[in-house]
Amino acid sequence: MKLTQAIEQFEPVIGLETHVELSTKSKMFCGCATEFGAEPNTQVCPTCLGLPGSLPVPNQTAIESTMRIGLALNCEITELSRFARKNYFYPDMPKDFQTSQYDEPFCVNGYLDVMIPTDEGEKSFRVEIERVHLEEDTGKLTHAGGASGRIHGADYSLVDYNRAGIPLVEIVTKPVTGTGKYAPQVARAYVTELRDLLRNLGVSDVRMEEGSLRCDVNLSLHPKGSAEWGKRTETKNVNSLRSVEKAVFSEIERQADVLAGGEEVTQETRHFHEDSGTSSSGRSKEQAEDYRYFPEPDLVPVIADETWVSKLKTDLPEAPSVQRKRLAKEWNFSDEEMRDVVSLGAIDLIAQTVSAGASPQAARKWWLGELARRATEINKELSDLSIDPKHISELDNLVTSGKLTDKLARQVLEGLLNKEGTPSEIVEKRNLVVMSDDSSLLPIIQSAIKANPDVVAKVKEGKLQALGPLLGAVMKETKGKADAAKVRSLVLKELGVEG
Amino acid sequence: MSKITPEALKHLAKLARLELTEAELATYATQLDVILDSVDKIREVAAQDVKPMSHAVGLTNVFREDAVKPSLNREEVLAQAPAQEANRFRVPRILNEE
Amino acid sequence: MSEDLVFLTGSEIAQKIKNKEVSAIEVAKAHFDRIEKLDSKIKSFLYLDKEAALTQAKKVDEKVAKGETLKPLAGVPLALKDVLTQKGVPTTAGSKILENWRPPYDSTVVKKLIENDVVILGKTNMDEFAMGSSTENSAYQTTKNPWDLTRIPGGSSGGSSAAVASFFAPLSIGTDTGGSIRQPAAVCALVGAKPTYGTVSRYGLIAFASSLDQAGPITRTVLDAALLNEAMAGFDVNDSTSINQQLESLVQAAKNKNIKDMKIGIIKELGGEGWQPGVLKQFEQAVEVLKSLGAELVEVSLPHSVYALAVYYLIAPSEASSNLARFDGMRYGLRVGDDGEKDVEAVMKLTRAQGFGPEVKRRIILGTYALSTGYYDAYYGQAQKVRGLIAEDLRLAFEKVDVLISPTSPTTAWKIGERVDNPLAMYLADLATLPASLAGVPAISVPIGLASEDRMPVGLQVIAPAMQDHKNYQVAAALEAAQNGLLINQVPDLVSLS
Repeated sequence: MKLTQAIEQFEPVIGLETHVELSTKSKMFCGCATEFGAEPNTQVCPTCLGLPGSLPVPNQTAIESTMRIGLALNCEITELSRFARKNYFYPDMPKDFQTSQYDEPFCVNGYLDVMIPTDEGEKSFRVEIERVHLEEDTGKLTHAGGASGRIHGADYSLVDYNRAGIPLVEIVTKPVTGTGKYAPQVARAYVTELRDLLRNLGVSDVRMEEGSLRCDVNLSLHPKGSAEWGKRTETKNVNSLRSVEKAVFSEIERQADVLAGGEEVTQETRHFHEDSGTSSSGRSKEQAEDYRYFPEPDLVPVIADETWVSKLKTDLPEAPSVQRKRLAKEWNFSDEEMRDVVSLGAIDLIAQTVSAGASPQAARKWWLGELARRATEINKELSDLSIDPKHISELDNLVTSGKLTDKLARQVLEGLLNKEGTPSEIVEKRNLVVMSDDSSLLPIIQSAIKANPDVVAKVKEGKLQALGPLLGAVMKETKGKADAAKVRSLVLKELGVEG
Repeated sequence: MSKITPEALKHLAKLARLELTEAELATYATQLDVILDSVDKIREVAAQDVKPMSHAVGLTNVFREDAVKPSLNREEVLAQAPAQEANRFRVPRILNEE
Repeated sequence: MSEDLVFLTGSEIAQKIKNKEVSAIEVAKAHFDRIEKLDSKIKSFLYLDKEAALTQAKKVDEKVAKGETLKPLAGVPLALKDVLTQKGVPTTAGSKILENWRPPYDSTVVKKLIENDVVILGKTNMDEFAMGSSTENSAYQTTKNPWDLTRIPGGSSGGSSAAVASFFAPLSIGTDTGGSIRQPAAVCALVGAKPTYGTVSRYGLIAFASSLDQAGPITRTVLDAALLNEAMAGFDVNDSTSINQQLESLVQAAKNKNIKDMKIGIIKELGGEGWQPGVLKQFEQAVEVLKSLGAELVEVSLPHSVYALAVYYLIAPSEASSNLARFDGMRYGLRVGDDGEKDVEAVMKLTRAQGFGPEVKRRIILGTYALSTGYYDAYYGQAQKVRGLIAEDLRLAFEKVDVLISPTSPTTAWKIGERVDNPLAMYLADLATLPASLAGVPAISVPIGLASEDRMPVGLQVIAPAMQDHKNYQVAAALEAAQNGLLINQVPDLVSLS
């Protein structure tokens, strides 16, 4: 069933659980480094390995980051919070319990407002936040022996505990109702806005592709008008903003089909697949796990007094929505232009390009034009292209100063995407120098003229529009290096025509 | 009242990843019953308004600075591993995904 | 002459080394000689670290030769309960699941011992993961009480108490969760102290019940216990439950045996029916001694102490069930069943089935039950509340008295094998020691004679308010001084038992 059809019969209720890996220097409960990509098992110690006799000592910055996230999300900071043990067995868990929080989390009851375009124009949706709490990450498993490197069919697994113990903040929304057909967009807008907020706070790299921002999508459908909500599914492995939207979208359609067929939706965990944009059923567990939460006896409670909380509040940076308004004014972008910038996640990139010297409009042209096109082509976010905004500024400068034509610029862009170096390096490597001297251009122009007599005739008649193919031929011959304006004037000169 | 049924015992053993023999299940069931009987008496204590005491010490806000300290030597760490490969701990295959 | 070194106290040995009357190496060798000759009868040690001990002793002798100032216990031999990590040295916690595990790090307690130039002779036997009151739950061997080789040495620190009572070392360290230092000390005629919770670091102490575990001294004299306690205690940044406050001098208190005008409360609920008459008789006599020393004795009630057993046997197993989850065969220790076919769940289950003994399994199941959904409020949750009430009872009592006393254990050491099939009977040994554990306050056991029925040692327990450990040492020292020589000197001669 298509979503629009599904929405006619059913109401979706969505919930989003986001895990944020904090960018602290050391781990949550020990002093091990948190460098990404380090050699396996070189950033471990008795505590994060859970060796017998080891004990945890909490990272103050991680706790403050959690509270700052809560404050930025308009949460209430709990006066007395505690860590709790979540008990379950898994090979990536050094202690076979996770030190997390249960009924006394650091932050509760907040909200985040997101704007999405609807048929009736821009609408604001309030996503309420249930809680923000702090816990530790697990080790990393790789699976060996099987064909796909995935867990099914593997002969055995290998564990790297470098990641174990890295601080993780979990942000849980309250069930979001009233989104109707906009559910997918609301979900995406929420995660996007949340990501920007977190980046602003400087607490995490928030790179979904690297795993420092993970999202689980919860969804249920119930017949319109029904007071009872439907069975909920949880979809994991949602690794990009696009996937958040797709996951909600496809799950609404899937559940609608199930319900319309008279069946019940199975309450389960599902696994999202980027390539197909759909999810599959995860292996169901025979019995729900009983985590047997209890207060962590190796840690003492955290008292968040007035003074501490006020200080954190005062030091909060500008909220993203405030920042957006300010930048739109500074850059002189229209509401529509700004909205496009936001929806493509380009604010930061443009800001950096501008501070590197480019004009706001030029920056916008580059990022929202060619680069956005490329990103969509390969199904990635703009930030995933890993292009340095400074290089874009450099590139823009080369074009505006005449050293590059638009066509050549595109080739430089190609080079940037292929990580061939800086714009100047690429220009040199690929020999992308603009041809603008008469001596090199004339021979090419003359052979083009010779090869296109009917075009020449038309032009001489006064039909200047016909110049196109002639200029095209020259550009082709020079592999785009020719200075277009120069070519035009030279051609006209050769033909003895005023233009 | 507080009898742990064999099914309940099996479930608990599973939660605790303990493989118990039938003989063990029988013995433990009896022994646990006796213990639970004696332990049950705490339910008669009127403690609704009492705050649970999870710490003998009255400490709060014990933190450490976000600073890097030396990690263990990897050789030492892996030397104690029951199995290792490619500088990682090698573990048997996992059937249930988390 | 060197055989006689083993009969000296720790402070006497330290003094002789300082005065160059004897070398630390001589002392260490004398103790190893005795251990090698006689421990086959007692089976108190799991591992002897001769090379390292002699190296440490040599360092002390070098300091003496250079005329350096020595730490109070420099060169004194010590037996370490096998529950504290020692880098590179096998540490088993009395369990097969950690057979041959060599920790890559030292516990803070061991670090402090090394800083104080104490000579660690080896690791002593214990009930598996500190769960037990007789050391019979050790997966390795059964330790005997040198007073009567057919009886238990107490538990869970039975190896430590047996070693000291056999004169294999003047000092030992045990750990106390529900009484595991005090009870072994009592049944072996030794001094054993459980410090205020939080004053001795738990970093490197293989956890049984995190909110209760504390390491402490087991020695033949109160002064030795005080010296060792001071060497072990101190704030540790690696332990979030560590108290950053200094205790009043324990050694001073041990030397100051004056308890005149001290108010001492006799705990009403600990004694009476079900308690061994010989134990109660010795206790009554000790009460008279305290009176004669000028203390004021009153009866005090701890009404919720009748629930202490129930509370403890809910809280401790619950914490233990979680603490012991890490022993799954993945990262260290025993792994069973990894034949390339079995999956990780099967391997974990088989490893734990084979690696853990019955008492450990029993408590894990009990703890899992007490924490599980639907039962948490009635069991673990309720237990933590009643725990608070017990602590409050003690706090109120301390408004009226300086310290509290009771017999340390309801009975003397029982026969090996007598209680193994009756877990509850085993648990009852902790009746007197539990309240202090639950409240986190310090308590000490000091020998007060032999019970008439079986001529086995009886101990008296002194309990003080939190952070006032010195009061325990003061009262214990007074009692010790009032006796006609150390009770431990009456222990049967092991050599002649061959």
